[in-house]
Amino acid sequence: MADRLPEGEVDASTFDPMEEPVRPRLLAVRQPLSSRATFLVGVLAFAVPLLLWCALSYVPFLWHPLVLVEDAGDTTQPGTYAYLAEGQLVEREVFAARNQELAQAHKKLARGERSNPVYFQPPHAVARALYTAFTTPPEGVGDGWFHQSLLQSCKVIFWGFFWSAVFGIPIGIACGTFAFYSRLFEPFIDFIRYMPAPVFGALAVSIFGLAEEPKVAIIFIGTFFQMVLVVANTTRTLDLSLLHAAQTLGAKNRQLVWHVVIPGILPALYRDVRILVGWAWTYLVVAELIGEKTGLSAFIYQQQRYRHFDNVYAAIVIIGLVGLGVDQVLGFLGRYFFPWESGNLKLLHFARGVRRVLPGSVRPARVLP
Amino acid sequence: MKDDTLELPSYLDHTPEVQERIETLQARPVVMSVEALGRDFDANGVRTTALSRVSFEVRKREFISVIGPSGCGKSTLIRILAGLDYPTSGSVRLDGRAVQGPGADRGMVFQAYTLFPWLTVKKNVMFGLKMKGIANGKAEQMATEWLGVVGLSDAADKYPGQLSGGMKQRVAIARALANEPRILLMDEPFGALDAQTRCSMQAHLLRIWEAVDVTVLFITHDLEEAVYLSDRIVVLGANPGRIVEIIDVPVARPRSPAQFLSGHFLATKQRLEELIHGPDVFRRGRAA
Ligand SMILES: Nc1ncnc2c1ncn2[C@@H]1O[C@H](COP(=O)(O)OP(=O)(O)OP(=O)(O)O)[C@@H](O)[C@H]1O
Ligand SMILES: [Mg+2]
Repeated sequence: MADRLPEGEVDASTFDPMEEPVRPRLLAVRQPLSSRATFLVGVLAFAVPLLLWCALSYVPFLWHPLVLVEDAGDTTQPGTYAYLAEGQLVEREVFAARNQELAQAHKKLARGERSNPVYFQPPHAVARALYTAFTTPPEGVGDGWFHQSLLQSCKVIFWGFFWSAVFGIPIGIACGTFAFYSRLFEPFIDFIRYMPAPVFGALAVSIFGLAEEPKVAIIFIGTFFQMVLVVANTTRTLDLSLLHAAQTLGAKNRQLVWHVVIPGILPALYRDVRILVGWAWTYLVVAELIGEKTGLSAFIYQQQRYRHFDNVYAAIVIIGLVGLGVDQVLGFLGRYFFPWESGNLKLLHFARGVRRVLPGSVRPARVLP
Repeated sequence: MKDDTLELPSYLDHTPEVQERIETLQARPVVMSVEALGRDFDANGVRTTALSRVSFEVRKREFISVIGPSGCGKSTLIRILAGLDYPTSGSVRLDGRAVQGPGADRGMVFQAYTLFPWLTVKKNVMFGLKMKGIANGKAEQMATEWLGVVGLSDAADKYPGQLSGGMKQRVAIARALANEPRILLMDEPFGALDAQTRCSMQAHLLRIWEAVDVTVLFITHDLEEAVYLSDRIVVLGANPGRIVEIIDVPVARPRSPAQFLSGHFLATKQRLEELIHGPDVFRRGRAA
């Protein structure tokens, strides 16, 4: 080996690659983040909006465009702004003008505290409402408890999405597999999907009445047509050579669909369904406000009328949490469903174990050495 | 200038041993016959003739290769033989019956990996058997045997994603053979493998072919691969794809890599080179 290396070159024998680990950059095209960065950025995503909300709520000189009157001062003094009363929320300019009136008359001044509008609730109020929403009895006659509304909404979403999947997925797969069905369904569906689902509201009510059915129908209309097109496209992404291989192994039409197309697109289909469930939630409010108002949307609507904005926010946050929860659960289960993609064999071993203890099962032949 | 090129025998000279092999083969029944096959493509009004009047016969237990320059229609030919594409003229017969569409009687191994990623290796091999309606237990037993033949018994419960390229192609061979096809069609099956793996796969394929009762039609653009493996080589020319010559390989069996430097091997390779790249390649080399 040479005693001296030319300038700028590193002696390979002493170069330790562990000395300077390559740090993954935060912004690298299509590269995963380090696990620490993944965690921190994820926390930041929620922390920043929350901090902003706290700041606007609790730092008195930030925003706070109104004044909550604590003491109206001398209310006997007439003036343009004499309507000022204790407990009132007034604009800062009005409050200042009243105090000017009072000061000119050398009367007792009004006292107040800078405050935000009622529709802007501080975090603690919303947090409290997340709990109290469930414990507050319904205010009006015919109003439901919060948990009843929540359940009602979930039911509408579930059935709407269920029927949409029952019809949409098979039709989508048929369209993606056979050009015949694609020509038969897709142009027409493409035409209908541009009609916004709410326009079918009145129609759905006249057909299905005022109960839950028209709401389920709106969710169905909102997701079904999209689902057919999305599933058809997913089906078309299946590698054609897999179908050719299956054909040379003797698979005929029906077998191709059941043994190649469906298992082949299953993981992608599962991802589609996760996204499409989100679509169903976006149609929830539309669906619940047609005919007789029901579910969370009705709850939000009422609470807004009673000016209980903390409850309004609580309901909105709950919708978000339920949606996120469903998605996370589906994502979590997805890691067990498709062992060939994830390498996670737990469910497979579990299924094999179950099959072995089931009565009448035949133990698979031992693999020859 | 001294000419130090080797003095090679003619590729048409057959030793008695080779002559005997050729005669035995010719006495065997024809498995597949290709008769005046033609295939035109019409893409945006441009007409390409991919194949023109291609005729040859494949006999039982024969190992036949098809070789030719890129784009001469090799894949088109094998796709038609498999029934995945249709000829515009001529016909393909399997055991005397015209081929119509794909079927289990013609197994195929593709250049791209086509194992079903959602099935374990064993289930992949069982696929064709299940399509035939063979019961689970029996199919599993047969699949296990075939995995033994290709030397992959240990990988039975793995998913294709966990295998190397060479292993994948061995599973694909087992999967095709499990169906006991009349002919095994292979379209550049080792084209995507590195040189070393490819070498061991060739030896492996020869062993399987010797052990199993199967006829093989093998497509390649690798001259040595063609000579090493085949009984006969069909040489295609381009534009339009047509047969230029069918060569009886004058190399004795059983084959071994040691024969790569034998006179008959080199002579055949030289002939293939001339046919595919034109007769000038050698002369030009000598003049320099
Ligand atoms: N679907 C198609 N439409 C139009 N032309 C096609 C089609 N398939 C093949 N061809 C044409 O037919 C000719 C033969 O193609 P083919 O794929 O059979 O060649 P090949 O010998 O397999 O080539 P390679 O060695 O590169 O695989 C080419 O000129 C190609 O452009
Ligand atoms: Mg090709």
